[in-house]
Amino acid sequence: MKMNEELKNTLLGPLSKNNPISVQVLGICSALAVTVEMKPALVMGVSVMIIVALSNVVISLIRNTIPNSVRIIVQLVVVAALVTVVSEFLKAFAFDVSVQLSVYIGLIITNCILMGRLEAFAMANKPWASFLDGLGNGLGYAIILVVTAFFRELFGSGSLLGYRIVPQSWYEAGYVDNGLMMLPSMALILLACIIWVHRAVDKELQEK
Amino acid sequence: MENALSIFVRSIFVDNMIFAYFLGMCSYLAVSKNVKTSFGLGVAVTFVLLITLPVNYLLERYVLSAGALSWLGEGFANLDLSYLSFILFIAVIAAITQLVEMVVEKFTPSLYNSLGIFLPLIAVNCAIMGGALFMQQRLGLEASDPKALKSIGDVVAYALGSGVGWILAIVGLAAIREKLEYSNVPAPLRGLGITFITVGLMAMAFLCFSGLKI
Repeated sequence: MKMNEELKNTLLGPLSKNNPISVQVLGICSALAVTVEMKPALVMGVSVMIIVALSNVVISLIRNTIPNSVRIIVQLVVVAALVTVVSEFLKAFAFDVSVQLSVYIGLIITNCILMGRLEAFAMANKPWASFLDGLGNGLGYAIILVVTAFFRELFGSGSLLGYRIVPQSWYEAGYVDNGLMMLPSMALILLACIIWVHRAVDKELQEK
Repeated sequence: MENALSIFVRSIFVDNMIFAYFLGMCSYLAVSKNVKTSFGLGVAVTFVLLITLPVNYLLERYVLSAGALSWLGEGFANLDLSYLSFILFIAVIAAITQLVEMVVEKFTPSLYNSLGIFLPLIAVNCAIMGGALFMQQRLGLEASDPKALKSIGDVVAYALGSGVGWILAIVGLAAIREKLEYSNVPAPLRGLGITFITVGLMAMAFLCFSGLKI
């Protein structure tokens, strides 16, 4: 029973208490760059989730055979191979999204969440626990991405997932989309607001 | 030469790695607590960019892109190895950072003492990998585009400009954070939150450069 409790924590902890973006401060680059619209943010979130989970499993399986001095290169190669597969898959089945994501799919390789989880968790734990840990961290990352993208797309272009939300009559009455939301700087400030709310609710996370 | 100069200036101010593309954000936020160490990291990033980008350029030009292997003979002219670029780029970057670390340690111990702790971190810094991927993308642009890279000189200018832009960004943030230590920030925003807002405001300030032309 205790074992199950631990596994549950590995999976659900990263969603809030130990969120990779707002608490561990990992993987910020892509989180900010792909959140102009919901669709690329969703695709990115799912891709990262799959890659973290699988690379965690692979590294965890071979963790006892990796010499300590070259472990970073081994980890990078495993991750790079998985990212190549995902990138080719997206090019084949979702070409327009892969154009929108441009270099940020390739940058999953150097996403700190991956290296962080591989170093801190997969190198020391069994494959099944590592899989759950990867899944949980990927989910925590995806949640922040989707929330940021939700606000940026809603206020920036008046739509969600490409469907128009703000009715035409509002525009005729003088409503204007907030162009600032489309700029990189607003992603940072929005993320700061998410952290603000998160830490106001969960006081344990506050820094002194 | 003109093109190289324009790319150099553009990559410092207009296409700044931090403020326009968020590259290398993790170490940017983690190390920007005081000016001295942040300058050290900035120099290390520039240094590694300057070495890895030209190497990756040669790799892209003569091995990876479509038809690049034609110098080996007729039979290789149709090969397109670009799907290998992620693995090869990251392998080159990891190997070179390791090499640079060893060379610096052997020949200039004083530089090693100031850069040393950052060098291993840099292999996984998105700025380096992002630089390589953006370079690959920009090599494919049409010649009239101001972002297009045409020769190895342009690539070096791009690497240097991106590095200097990165130093500028991290030293600026570190200076602001040193002052922020003494201000009264609402408790939930302390630390990470206020840092994000600061970077956001700096990014807005850098927007004024977006019309810059040389």
